[in-house]
Amino acid sequence: MIIVSPTPLLSRYAECMMWLARYMERMENLARLLEVTETFVRNAEGQTAWDSILAINSDESLFQRIHNTTQHTEIVPFYVTETRNPSSLVSLAQEVRENARAVRPLVSIELWTQLNVFSRNLLNLKNGDMADHNLAELCTRVRQDCQTHFGIAEGTLYRDQAWLFYRLGKALERSDQITRLIDIRYHMLLPQSEAPGSDIDLTQWTSVLRSAAAYHAFRRLRPVTLTPANIVGFLLKNDGFPRSLSTNLRQIDETLTLLSSHDNLRQLCSPLLECVAELRASLQDQTAEEIIIRGLHDYMSWIQTQLRDLQNAIAVTFWPVITLHEAAPTKMAEQEQS
Amino acid sequence: MTNALDLAPPPTRGLLDNYATPDFFCELMNRKAPAPPLIDCVKKRLSALQIQELQNRTASAEAQLYRMGITFTVYTDREAIDRILPFDAIPRMITAEEWQHIERGVQQRIQAINLFLHDIYHEQHILKDGVVPAELVLQNANYCQAMVGLHVPGGVYVHINGTDLIRDQQGRFLVLEDNARTPSGVSYVIENRHMMLRLMPDLASGLPIRSVEEYGSRLHNALCEVAPEGVDDPQVVLLSPGIYNSAYFEHVFLSREMGVPLVEGRDLFVDEHKVFMRTVMGPKPVHSIYRRLNDEFLDPIAFNPDSLLGVPGLVEAYRRGNVTLANALGTGVADDKAVYAYMPRIIRYYLDEDPILDSVETHICAEPEGLAYTLANLDKLVVKPVGESGGYGLLIGPQATQAELNDFSQKLRHNPANYISQPTIGLSVTPTLCGDTVEARHVDLRPFAVTGRSVWVMPGGLSRVALRKGSLVVNSSQGGGSKDTWVMAS
Repeated sequence: MIIVSPTPLLSRYAECMMWLARYMERMENLARLLEVTETFVRNAEGQTAWDSILAINSDESLFQRIHNTTQHTEIVPFYVTETRNPSSLVSLAQEVRENARAVRPLVSIELWTQLNVFSRNLLNLKNGDMADHNLAELCTRVRQDCQTHFGIAEGTLYRDQAWLFYRLGKALERSDQITRLIDIRYHMLLPQSEAPGSDIDLTQWTSVLRSAAAYHAFRRLRPVTLTPANIVGFLLKNDGFPRSLSTNLRQIDETLTLLSSHDNLRQLCSPLLECVAELRASLQDQTAEEIIIRGLHDYMSWIQTQLRDLQNAIAVTFWPVITLHEAAPTKMAEQEQS
Repeated sequence: MTNALDLAPPPTRGLLDNYATPDFFCELMNRKAPAPPLIDCVKKRLSALQIQELQNRTASAEAQLYRMGITFTVYTDREAIDRILPFDAIPRMITAEEWQHIERGVQQRIQAINLFLHDIYHEQHILKDGVVPAELVLQNANYCQAMVGLHVPGGVYVHINGTDLIRDQQGRFLVLEDNARTPSGVSYVIENRHMMLRLMPDLASGLPIRSVEEYGSRLHNALCEVAPEGVDDPQVVLLSPGIYNSAYFEHVFLSREMGVPLVEGRDLFVDEHKVFMRTVMGPKPVHSIYRRLNDEFLDPIAFNPDSLLGVPGLVEAYRRGNVTLANALGTGVADDKAVYAYMPRIIRYYLDEDPILDSVETHICAEPEGLAYTLANLDKLVVKPVGESGGYGLLIGPQATQAELNDFSQKLRHNPANYISQPTIGLSVTPTLCGDTVEARHVDLRPFAVTGRSVWVMPGGLSRVALRKGSLVVNSSQGGGSKDTWVMAS
């Protein structure tokens, strides 16, 4: 049941709720990815694994500008404490903090208190905290703090429109993250698995699943063998797995449908719903094998473009740019990044 | 009343054993004998506590305040630091009888202030009758031309007011200043109470402490009462400068307690002289704005064109009666430090009553006799610039060096109209935890009043303590802390 409060949701609140969820989700994903990479970096393929983190986040050129190297010793701080990198844990914590402060009048005190402590701790990170030997520990802590946040949100956020925008942000971010992960990791591992007669590198493919918290869920499909196509299929199309693309597209669909039932929002929401329907149809109409044969990379890129367009369409619909008076350049403008 | 603290034998070293209160009125200790029984009870319970225990409880309170972000932000060149208002766990107590006096006095004062503001923006009788010098009002930087001749709902200009009170050596309550613009601090009153009940349940148990919980709903009601006429279900909002403002926590707190949106200037717009907020359902009309922005930032068209915080066209919408601002514009004339000196006369003029609360004797340096007296007695007086707030730029004569005195008298001769002077008052003190002991620290009191159709004074107030030994400055920006204020119901 979603309540329409007597006072409709302020556009800025909607925007900040959405970005709060997106940044928290992004942080959890990054922490998990760093954690998994750290665990597998000890083997021969280590360097490649670290490179792929840059690729997943499309950060190669930024990293080059700052460091002139691809040594993983530099990649770790780049993703933990580097304030010039907008996708580092510290930068994300800053974004989370600002959005949380903006929606503080709206959310429960419990939700705010946890974010207040969590984001401040991250912002206070000293370089020593990310020395090699405790990166995994730090990442585990961040991941668990993110999960605590999602738990508090589930347990205390009032189910009105603010909740819908929060859910929308979370599902959009998960959809984006899972397609990036598949795209980059698949193509990184492809050459070796294509070699005739070669066994695929099980460890590497398992780490793809682990990076999406999907390993144990995948294992429960007992008869399914560990092949690249099966893994891609699971991450894209499994309706029971909470981080799969299909699950999150369904969430977006359901959330927008709930929103469209409010008063005058039906018309505003219908182009958004069409966009989601197209995405879902394209996914349902193809098997994983077909997607791979037709070109996994092109398909993942197309989905990411569609998701970006959807995010922009949501922004234009619910927090339109001011037309009455000239809009002042504000902090919000910077926030409209991917 | 059975209570662990009541039954506990006094510890070997009692909390208040070494407490000395030289010359000042102590809120807890040197009451006339016999002490009021409830105060006596708290005193006994406190004595049964160990200093270690009090230290532990205080540390845990401050950690909790920090976690919950009950903080104000201090900006340095490099970073923004969140600070808590230091919290002292020994409450400041006010008896039912004392409170009755304060309540009546504050109500009277706010009535007079509202009548004064209405008068100076309309017929100006008080100026024509020569009770208050016309130039003091009309040349005042806070006098707002946009308010001239404007009708405000219910004749209320000051909806939210904080009155700063102090007590002298005899325990007499005196008004130190009025805060009729955008007074802050009320959130700490309520949060301090929550913290106190959590921290010292044994100290509070069974006592008839008056509740401060009503503030949010009282405020919301008042803001609805003063909404433009003809609006059935007014939309109230709180207008804040935003998340970087040092009082942002209080804005969050009040909007949450009232259940209204906290908006920033960019969330509002004016169309055909009506105010709207941007929502996901489209524009929604707004009728009453509790604004925590100063006058000059409210509307770049009417005031400071460089300000990005306000709402273009807001003042014109207000002038047309389509929206209510609380507080009204131009209320700063009433809490001006020079106008303060005339407040007893203002109360008599409009209400034909003697002031219930006394003021501090004040010399106006703009007047020749006031300046002469101030210069002759500089080493005994507190001299304040009239335009400043937050305890900045003042001279405390008895604590100043000869060089500082000479310096200041130069400034004073140069621009006498900028200053008033008052005798130094031996502010009352209250037992306060200071490191390893409990010592006397000076304290003031800011009760908050909300005015819609009538004036309601919240039974409590912000008790600010000067934590530095001997200091008389209680402002949070200058090392002040706060205490919970317990007003007794009987």
